[in-house]
Amino acid sequence: MKWHVLRPLWLAIGLLLVILVARQFMVPEDFGVHGESFTYNFHRLSNVQEWKDFPVKHLGRESCVECHEEKVEMLNASPHAPIECENCHGPAVGHPDDVELLPIERAREHCLRCHESLDYPNHARSELPNIRNSTHKRRRECVACHVPHDPREKPAREKRG
Amino acid sequence: MSCSRRDFLKQACGGTLASVLPVSAFTFLTNEEARAAVANASVRWGFLVDTRKCVGCGLCVKACKIENEIPYDAPVTRTWVERYVITNDGRAHIDSPNGGRDGFIENVINGEEIDPDNIAKAFFVPKLCNQCDNPPCVQVCPVGATYQTEDGVVLVDRNWCIGCGYCIMACPYGVRFFHPVHKVAEKCNFCYHRITKGMNPACVESCAFEARRIANLRDPEDPVTKIIKTERVAVLKDEYGTKPHVFYIGLDENVR
Repeated sequence: MKWHVLRPLWLAIGLLLVILVARQFMVPEDFGVHGESFTYNFHRLSNVQEWKDFPVKHLGRESCVECHEEKVEMLNASPHAPIECENCHGPAVGHPDDVELLPIERAREHCLRCHESLDYPNHARSELPNIRNSTHKRRRECVACHVPHDPREKPAREKRG
Repeated sequence: MSCSRRDFLKQACGGTLASVLPVSAFTFLTNEEARAAVANASVRWGFLVDTRKCVGCGLCVKACKIENEIPYDAPVTRTWVERYVITNDGRAHIDSPNGGRDGFIENVINGEEIDPDNIAKAFFVPKLCNQCDNPPCVQVCPVGATYQTEDGVVLVDRNWCIGCGYCIMACPYGVRFFHPVHKVAEKCNFCYHRITKGMNPACVESCAFEARRIANLRDPEDPVTKIIKTERVAVLKDEYGTKPHVFYIGLDENVR
C-alpha cells in the first residue's frame, strides 16, 4: 500500500491502542452489568453503597422522645399527633451535640399551610379546623392563643420575651 | 468410516444437548451470591399517593429539600405538589409556586384571584420520580451513570455523570433536573439512604395525612402493597409504556 494510505492507518491503529490501554486504567473494576439487563443495569456497583451511606437528617420522633418525653407524650395525645416534630423544629441531625438549638417555626404562614381555608368544595382541607388569614387576628402569632403541641389547650398566661 | 446406529444416536443426542445448553447454565454461585440474589428479589419499591388526602401543606417538599441537600431557594426540587383548580367554566388553573415548598395559603393562581363560588373542584397532586420498570432516562444515558438497582430504584452516579442532560430531556414526567452544586443530573430516589435502613422517605415521614406512602411490592403482607393490589389505582402517562411505580388514588382527567 502507498505511504499516504498507510500513515493515517497506523495513526488510527495507534490511537485505538492508546484508548484501549487508557481504558484499562480509567474504568473502575466494578463497572459493568450488575443485574439482568444491559440497558438498565450498566453501572459502577459501588455507587449503590455510596447512596446508602448518604447522611440521614430527619431522625423521627423516636429520637426526640429520648430527651423530650413530656412534649412527645403531649403531642401524641393531641389532634396534632400525626405531625412530625421535625416539621416545625427542623431536622434533628447533630442535635444537641453540634446543633444546640433547633429553630422553632412560629410564623403564621407555617400554620396556614394546613389551616387556611381555601374554600375548596369536597376537599380534605375543608375538613380541618380552618380560618381565613385575611380576617382572623391578622397581627398575632397563632401560638399566642393556640398551643401547637395540643391545640385544644390554651397557652399559659405569661408572655414570651 | 463406519458407525453403529447406537453410536450415531448417542453422539447426536450429546451434540444436541451440548449446543442447546449455554455455558452460563453451568456457572456456580457462591453462597453469598445466591443469598444476595434471593434477598434482592424480595424487594421492589413502589409508592402510593392518595390525592384525596393531600391538603397541600407542602411540608413534604420542604423535608425532601433539606434531607437530600437540594439548595433550598434554587428553583429545582426532587418532589413537588401541583394545585389544580377547575372553575365552573371548565378551565383548569394549575400552579406549583416553588414546587409547593411553602404550601398553598392563598386562593391566587398565577396572579389571578379565583372566586371561591366559581370553583367546581380543586385538589393537590404530589409528584415525584416514578422509578419506572422501563426507565427512558436510563436508556439514553451514554456513559452508564444512571441505572436501576435490584430493588427497582433508579439512581444517578454523581462521580460518573458527565452532565450531558439527555436523561433530563428523556423523562416524560419531568422529574429530573440539573443539580446546581454538584453539576450532575439529579432526581428523587425514594430517599434510598432511608428506605434501605428501614426508615420512611423524608416526604412520607413528614406527611401528616398519609397522602404519601412507600410500599415493598414484593411483600404481600405490606399494608400499602395490599392497598395498591386491591384498590383502584392509576399511574401517570401509562401510554408511554414506562411502567411507572408511583400509584395514585383519586387521579383526575385534568392531571397530566
